[in-house]
Amino acid sequence: MNTVTIPSIHYLTILPVLLYFGAALVLLITSALWRRTVPMLFSTSVTVLTSVAVLVTTYFQWRGLDHAGASTTVAHAVVLDGFSVVASAVIAVSVGLAALVAHDWAVRENVRGPEYQILAMAASAGALLMTQANDLIVIFLGLEILSLGLYVLVALDRRKTESAEASLKYFVLGGFASAIFIYGAALLYGATGSTNLSTISYFLGSNVVLRPGLLVAGGALLLIGFAFKVAAVPFHMWSPDVYEGAPTPVTGFMASIVKVGAFAALVRVLISGLGTQLDTWRPILWVLVVLTTVVGAALALPQRNAKRLLAYSSINHAGFILIGVWAGTARGSAALLFYLMTYAPTVVATFAVLTVMGGLGDERHSLESYRGLARRQPWLGAALAVLLLSQLGAPLTAGFYAKYSVLAAAVDAGGSLLALIALLSAAIAASFYLRWTVVLYAEPDDELDAVRVVVPRATAIVIGAGVVLTLLFGVWPGPLVTLAQHATVYFLP
Amino acid sequence: MTIPVSWFLVLAAVLFGVGAFGVLTRRSALIMFMCIELMLNAVNLTFVTFARTMSDIGGQTTVFFIMVVAAAEVTVGLGIVVAVFRRRSSTSVDELSELQG
Repeated sequence: MNTVTIPSIHYLTILPVLLYFGAALVLLITSALWRRTVPMLFSTSVTVLTSVAVLVTTYFQWRGLDHAGASTTVAHAVVLDGFSVVASAVIAVSVGLAALVAHDWAVRENVRGPEYQILAMAASAGALLMTQANDLIVIFLGLEILSLGLYVLVALDRRKTESAEASLKYFVLGGFASAIFIYGAALLYGATGSTNLSTISYFLGSNVVLRPGLLVAGGALLLIGFAFKVAAVPFHMWSPDVYEGAPTPVTGFMASIVKVGAFAALVRVLISGLGTQLDTWRPILWVLVVLTTVVGAALALPQRNAKRLLAYSSINHAGFILIGVWAGTARGSAALLFYLMTYAPTVVATFAVLTVMGGLGDERHSLESYRGLARRQPWLGAALAVLLLSQLGAPLTAGFYAKYSVLAAAVDAGGSLLALIALLSAAIAASFYLRWTVVLYAEPDDELDAVRVVVPRATAIVIGAGVVLTLLFGVWPGPLVTLAQHATVYFLP
Repeated sequence: MTIPVSWFLVLAAVLFGVGAFGVLTRRSALIMFMCIELMLNAVNLTFVTFARTMSDIGGQTTVFFIMVVAAAEVTVGLGIVVAVFRRRSSTSVDELSELQG
């Protein structure tokens, strides 16, 4: 009798993806069977508990790495290495924190229902898949699972026209970027004979490529697809509109998750797959970094809306994270991982502050409404000040060491000029972060406008956790640095 | 009669280009979706062509993944268009005026 051999599956490797996807399905089915609307507390608890479970799973994966080292499974399409484990842990923490913020937002806006939690967990499964993917098709699937969830999440606030419009804009440009990405994968497949990154790397290492045009075009299209997803200039146009139009907790969620997922996949494609072509992609990335850091910082200056400002600020950050990729070394990857570890909780907590400041209707987002915040509500004002200073890269906050480590990695890899330009962009960025911080402590000029905002308990926990992590790893970055370095030691070649 | 492989690849590249051009120039959200679909189908043709020349099944199975993704994308996309259309009675992206890039 004929038999079919299926590839062996190591379930611990794909357990994080299964947990999120399974929890999303369970919640979806429960909400369909429940006679009334599923209680908010239930759906939020499912997300938070699943995130904790994923975090515990990554701990066991990490322990397993100590014994067995990096490994691949499902016909070498999914990989378990230090890099994927740490990136998964970062995603799990961000998803858990963002779920709490979204819970309080939904209660305040009275949009009760499990939709946010279901979509967020499904999208997170996609992001986790991207961190573990060792095959261009798996990266594409992860990217699409992540994006499709996000398109709907952006449109979640059905009372606001901006929300649906932002979603449409995101969808059209996101679909366009995905098509470009997969065309790049197709050309790379034609040039190397495989979509598997390890096989591509092996092929390029042991053969002289007869059709370099196909290879270069494929790589360039992949890079454009990624640049769209992480909002690198000149492919950033969608980002300010989507950040502004999306419900604020969703903005915080996507700002952290998409960056972690997309950058993890980008590192794997460029360093693990196309590592032999370093000299070809590095100049392109160089230009991308310069444009992204400088334009991101410069365009943030005239912004008067907090969410748009943070959108441009996140473009600037994307440029800094790209420097870690540009370095192309283990040190660069470790710096990138450290940057993501500190940036993700900081940005979730920042958007948590913005969510409470938005007030009922999620509409008060002008910088003017922040005037005198630290005088009215000292704790909230101080928390926002710390989070902004960390994004600025002020010493004693986690952002300082994050910026320092990517720049040091760049100098180490011979990119002194690149580091200098990035540093200049950070100086431009510092001016708007500082201006915002000063506004927080300024004298409120209109007493009528100065309303005290309510900070719900779960959101307070998120903001507190963000501030504590930022300060803790700013003063004492040692453990995270060691973790990032160990993670890249286990990086699968 | 034999057809050179390059014809298929050029056809796919042209289809992809037409799709990309359409996304960038057309102003109706529905036409833009169709153009994205065209781009994805051009990718499918490329995969199948390479798979045939290399006698590798991998490229052909990839096509199924892309088809499923394209279908899922359309489902979500049309949902979003309906949500916008309910408010605006138009699917032209020029009239999306709430947000200015």
